[in-house]
Amino acid sequence: MTLLSELDRVTPPPARRGRRPGAVTGGAGLGLGVGVLWLTLLVLLPIAAIVSTAFDDGIAGFWDAITDPEARSAITFTIGAAALVTVVNAVMGTLIAWVLVRDSFPGKRVVEVIIDIPFALPTIVAGLVLITLYGPSGPFGINLVGTRAGVVLALLFVTLPFVVRSVQPVLIDADREVEQAAASLGASGFTTFRRVILPTVLPAVVSGAGLSFARALGEFGSVILISANLIGKTQVSSSYILKMIESAEPVAAASVATLLLGLAVVVLVLLDVVQRRTARRD
Amino acid sequence: MTDTLTRQTTTAPAAPPRRRRRTTRTAWVLRLIALAYILALVALPVASVVQHTFADGLGPVLDVLRSPDFLAALRLTLEVAGIAVLLNTIFGVGMALLLTRYRFPGRRLMSAVIDLPVSISPVVVGVALILVYGTYGWFGPALERAGFQIIFAVPGMVLATVLVSLPLVLREVVPTLEEAGLEQEQAAQSLGANAWQRFRRITLPTIRWALAYGVALSLARSLGEFGAVRVVSGSVAGTSQTLTLYVNDSYQEFGPDAQRQAFAAAFVLMAIAVSLIVVIAALRPDQEKS
Amino acid sequence: MKSTLRRALSGTPSRVAAVAVAASLAMAGCSSDTKDDASSTAGAGSGKAIDLVGFAVIQSAYEDLGKGFAQTDAGKGTSIKGSYGASGAQSRAVIAGQKADVVALSLTPDVNNIVDAGLVAKDWAGDANKGIVSDSVVVLAVRKGNPKGIKSWDDIIKPGVGIVTADPGTSGSAKWNLLAAYSQALGANNDKAAAEDYLGKFVKNVVSWNDSGRTATDAFVKGTGDVLISYENEAIAARASGVDLDYVVPDTTFLIENPAAVTTTASQQAKDFLDYVRSDAGQQVLISHGFRSVSGVKPNGDVQGANDPANPFPTPTKVYTVDELGGWSTVNDELFDKENGLVTKLRG
Repeated sequence: MTLLSELDRVTPPPARRGRRPGAVTGGAGLGLGVGVLWLTLLVLLPIAAIVSTAFDDGIAGFWDAITDPEARSAITFTIGAAALVTVVNAVMGTLIAWVLVRDSFPGKRVVEVIIDIPFALPTIVAGLVLITLYGPSGPFGINLVGTRAGVVLALLFVTLPFVVRSVQPVLIDADREVEQAAASLGASGFTTFRRVILPTVLPAVVSGAGLSFARALGEFGSVILISANLIGKTQVSSSYILKMIESAEPVAAASVATLLLGLAVVVLVLLDVVQRRTARRD
Repeated sequence: MTDTLTRQTTTAPAAPPRRRRRTTRTAWVLRLIALAYILALVALPVASVVQHTFADGLGPVLDVLRSPDFLAALRLTLEVAGIAVLLNTIFGVGMALLLTRYRFPGRRLMSAVIDLPVSISPVVVGVALILVYGTYGWFGPALERAGFQIIFAVPGMVLATVLVSLPLVLREVVPTLEEAGLEQEQAAQSLGANAWQRFRRITLPTIRWALAYGVALSLARSLGEFGAVRVVSGSVAGTSQTLTLYVNDSYQEFGPDAQRQAFAAAFVLMAIAVSLIVVIAALRPDQEKS
Repeated sequence: MKSTLRRALSGTPSRVAAVAVAASLAMAGCSSDTKDDASSTAGAGSGKAIDLVGFAVIQSAYEDLGKGFAQTDAGKGTSIKGSYGASGAQSRAVIAGQKADVVALSLTPDVNNIVDAGLVAKDWAGDANKGIVSDSVVVLAVRKGNPKGIKSWDDIIKPGVGIVTADPGTSGSAKWNLLAAYSQALGANNDKAAAEDYLGKFVKNVVSWNDSGRTATDAFVKGTGDVLISYENEAIAARASGVDLDYVVPDTTFLIENPAAVTTTASQQAKDFLDYVRSDAGQQVLISHGFRSVSGVKPNGDVQGANDPANPFPTPTKVYTVDELGGWSTVNDELFDKENGLVTKLRG
């Protein structure tokens, strides 16, 4: 979806240089055929298999599967935690982005690298990393293993860069003079933020937050170690799906997977809408 | 995961014109909050893993790194990630060319489909593959009769890894191709260059930095994939255990040896991840120049 | 972009179809290549590898068994390549195509499922011990010093006691745990109402249903709950490796019987390995990891991690067996059936 909006953004249709993109012919047709086949085998069929398996026992089977008490608690917890993480990210991510863009202090480059670590770090290592510090043998005596707070912490870790990286470029591009003008006209820091900065960065905040919501919904690797997978408490949807497929209950697994899939698609579509609106306004 | 990283390349974070000014109290507070948050969430935990890994010195860590199971896991990880990155590079460049140079029905839908796998749970990705290619899946039985085992074998792990990093190369290459336009290629064509020559002499140099960046991103993602691979791999030590599975399995074993294995392997993965970030950061300015 | 979409020209379907065929052939070739890569790396590691698919808690014991076997004449040059996880999940993985020479699972039905799929010979349980290679009993593992004073099954259903167990959906350990809880409540009078009542309270106190016996231990060790229901060998192994916990062998408990079998495609070495596991030497290795011998072999040394290393396996007053409850098919129907099983109902 982001790709789509990027295409929109960087493709100014009337002012294209050179030949206009053309019809598919010859070698390109072959390439397209291979590409379509590859996508079908790799993405479309597997997703179709999930959705179709979810409805193997009809709508009732799907409904039973997602309203099973264990499934329901995993789903509501996952959505709730993802929502909380999204809100925290929106606030903290914007704040961090502001500090990274407008502030300067020694070691800022190191902080820039640290921000990217959660993206590049394998999720299972992320879980291990957090458990080392916030687990039973951590130095602070805080044990978040098996607590919902622990799961939220893991989700915050893996989604940290989303809002920061989406707001940062917007802040860099933003016109400092408007802010300064507002300040010189006597606007307080907060008013300047609310009336000048916030409207500028809001679309970026929303898109970063949306991406972190989608990511948090499906997160697995970083969560499993710290959640201890307590049913009805810290079990996330992904763990539930895995357990169901290992318990030879494909319908249960596929139903919850379909629900997650649907949510992810909804979030992505909404993000696309937001981004295109913004692009149009620009 | 990399949507935001992507955006960075299109609007690269050039340092703002530095103006000397007094740091206000608000700025101080914000700086403090931001740094404390990052410190508590990322920096300290990462540092404590490093400290934990080398708590007993270098010797035991080296022992783990020399053990056959670790080496087998490392080899398998490199193999799976290598094949996945190669496939995604070919697919990504090819598809980027198609998407930018041609108009065909379903083009938009295709882009969306390519983006979907990275936005869903890796466990769902793995389960989806099982439902199609597993023994009881749609194609599993036919494939097995033909002698191919996908799930619980390396091909399944490759497919899972390909899926979770599917659009990373493509997304980097598309904007560069859009930017570059077609003039040079047309000029080359009129001078009699064939398609391969045009690709090698003109397209490739144009996209090389974007491509390198995309490959680095894919590599980071592929080396670290856990959830999807966990679902489709039997995690047999020495055979179908990747490094991330090795970390997980060792962590669940009792005793100091197993813990050391988990931490040593985690450290290796972390070192790779951080070096890739540095490489990626280094690639960014180069890309701007081109 | 919308406008360009509208301008879009349609492709030619026949060409796409031709391409699809060509590409699928290429794909097939490609996947066969990767498969070859896989088998070559698998073979490269060691001379004669035996693929073992085992249940979650046996890794260190079976690694030692592998080392012991490699020192025998039959086992020279062999090595064990193990995969470990929840018994039920492992069983299904083998059925779903995971390569295995030897399967060592928590309970007999998990092997029988593989028999039904035609991957283990029907007569696999034909030896004197009916295919069982190790025994254990269900114990109550508690925090160091037993702060909640847990001594018996009645203590763990008191309000405020958090129980950690594996989940019977995937785990063999869980089934043993629930069978133990159920059977001791049945008592000598076979009082089904009392047993159902007990199990209801038990289920209510469970704070954590984990994928496997090992992940349950992990959750408990990391601070979840007050009592972990598990294998005696698991408690002993945890303590032997320095994990801080105590365990209580209740007066009335349940006999855990772990089967192992070779698959129909197993090599001679794999069969020899299973014979070794059953031999006195093999049983001795299992004993040192906290298992009880299935063939009555006595420990020839201290068992580290046991409450009393010199007398590691105390005899409880009453040990129920699955046969006393009518065999696996009966208990699976009554307790673990996914629609109407008692445990399913109590958890719903």
